[in-house]
Amino acid sequence: MSDHEYTPSSKFGKWFNDRLPLLTLANHLTDYPTPKNLNYWWTFGGILTFCLITQIVTGLVLAMHYIAHADMAFSSVEHIMRDVNYGWLLRYVHANGASMFFLAVYIHIFRSLFYGSYKSPREIIWILGIIIYLLMMAAAFMGYVLPWGQMSFWGATVITNLFSAIPLVGESITTWLWGGYSVDNPTLTRFFTLHYLIPFLILGLVVLHIWALHVPGNNNPVGIDIKKPSKDTVPFHPYIVIKDAFALLMFCIVFALFVFYQPNILGHADNYIEADPLVTPAHIVPEWYLLPFYAILRSVPDKLMGVVAMLSAILILAALPWLDTSKVRSAVFRPLFRQFYWILVADVLILGYVGAMPAEGLYLLIARVATAYYFAHFLIILPVLGWKEKTTPLPLSITEPVLGGSPNLAAARSDEKIEKTIK
Amino acid sequence: MRKLKNIFFVLIFSVIVLNSSNSAEKSPPFLETKWTFKGLFGKFDRASLQRGYQVYTEVCASCHSMKYLTYRNLAEKGGPEFSEAEAKAIAASFEVTDGPDSTGEMFVRPAKLSDKFVMPYANEQEAKAANGGAYPPDMSVLVKARKGGADYIYSLLLGYSEPPEGVELDDGVYYNKYMYGNKIKMPAPLSDDLIEYTDGTKATAEQMSKDVTNFLMWSAEPHLEQRHKTGFRVIAYLIILTVLVYFTMKKIWSRVESKV
Repeated sequence: MSDHEYTPSSKFGKWFNDRLPLLTLANHLTDYPTPKNLNYWWTFGGILTFCLITQIVTGLVLAMHYIAHADMAFSSVEHIMRDVNYGWLLRYVHANGASMFFLAVYIHIFRSLFYGSYKSPREIIWILGIIIYLLMMAAAFMGYVLPWGQMSFWGATVITNLFSAIPLVGESITTWLWGGYSVDNPTLTRFFTLHYLIPFLILGLVVLHIWALHVPGNNNPVGIDIKKPSKDTVPFHPYIVIKDAFALLMFCIVFALFVFYQPNILGHADNYIEADPLVTPAHIVPEWYLLPFYAILRSVPDKLMGVVAMLSAILILAALPWLDTSKVRSAVFRPLFRQFYWILVADVLILGYVGAMPAEGLYLLIARVATAYYFAHFLIILPVLGWKEKTTPLPLSITEPVLGGSPNLAAARSDEKIEKTIK
Repeated sequence: MRKLKNIFFVLIFSVIVLNSSNSAEKSPPFLETKWTFKGLFGKFDRASLQRGYQVYTEVCASCHSMKYLTYRNLAEKGGPEFSEAEAKAIAASFEVTDGPDSTGEMFVRPAKLSDKFVMPYANEQEAKAANGGAYPPDMSVLVKARKGGADYIYSLLLGYSEPPEGVELDDGVYYNKYMYGNKIKMPAPLSDDLIEYTDGTKATAEQMSKDVTNFLMWSAEPHLEQRHKTGFRVIAYLIILTVLVYFTMKKIWSRVESKV
């Protein structure tokens, strides 16, 4: 929020801006004071916006050729792949784009976890982000159903069946979701409709997410409040724009490698077999980005409790700003938290791995331990850490030396860390 | 911190061990062969695709459909690239039911370039009835529908052998070491000199397997060559642009003392 009032230079601009302050908005966006020590983990916000737009644009064109009908969906996808001009490109960008979207969102979330970006005064940004993430999962899941391959069909069957675990009304809800007594054409058509709708809901939430961000301004690797604008900040344009553009291009190179050289590696071969309600695939697995939650679901022996555990695993994140009792935001100044942070990262990766494996024997045991640890991290470790942990001294500003300027060892060390982080 | 690292490594190690013990139960490693379509500039071997089509049409097509392919595809760029006349002649050798005509009757005519590949059976039920209850899968996207892709198909075609001691096979079931569960209802489809290649290549089982797998890879990914070509250009463009943007960024950020 820049303090000065903006006045357009031209007469027409002034006339227009008095009626609809678009130019004020544009001015705010270009001048928006951003901490100058943001590292590359902060570029994923822009990358995610790019991912969303890419998915919407490619999806829009795909929807012009796709037929949402149980008998024709699979062959319409083949029609796109074979006969639509650059249909293969559109579809591979869209399919791999979903994976890239999740890759970026996981980096974005874990960046927030590391630097404490969810803490006051940014709780609303964080919660909006969790809602966006939930909607992304819903959109991705329904999108995966649309090609009507074997994994589409059986994935949809497994996931929608989860709702039947709800006591009393579960069966009715499942029937209502299916639009019948099994996953069939009505399920496909409603999934298509919702898959088309959700991205626009996400778009709206992204606007709110950014709006909420522009009130307190960005967090930064040091995690302290900074004066805006000041010598600690740079205007968004051109400094952050060019940096985001550079990071986005790097991201696009990875994206392009998938699209052009390994377009099917993130998918499952079974989804190139047309859906057959009479043949169950040997292993039903969701897409990689949902595997940690799938592992949590299967680690609980009871179906209802499994569903509860899976949902809690996501919803617990919304309570994070109040579960983390530490006043210090950035992990840079929290030596103990930093260690637990990396254990959590490993824990989630392990959950993802066992989620892809059959739920039996040692895998099941690992999944259970990892699930228990996941919840322990948020419910026990974080609240306790906030009280017990001795944090290292915070600097006065992101450019000034550490508090008091005393050349003591602890301060010097944390200063080094800041240097590293800034790089 | 060191303790943590140890825990981390133990976890990773156990994951690797788990993985290898798990893969021990899986099928043996695939037979190795060189595919021209792999790599940054991967292209199809045109002659092999044409021979592959011959294997398909003379051997596989008696049971397996390829319902997403059209005869015109045979003459299209990036495929077997038969000449248009050849593709027309191939199409004309098949008969399709068309109609109704102006009198309301269905009629049979030779296939045209715009027709889909003629299917060996009228429907799935007929296909199953003719094949001991097993449905010969449509082969249009078969390579993408199997884990291991082209390597798997190639290995499977050559993976037939007598069952090892203690494995009982029912009538009409064959042993194949690459098949999931090792039991397959398709008898070994290829044997040396089963067909005579029009281009004079010696039709060994390996040669035919390779050619037909090439053909199936193309049918699953008909735009593979264009994809590789476009991909190379896109990535080259992105790299150049990234370098330029990098230096622009350095220049812009040199105005503030912060590093970027």
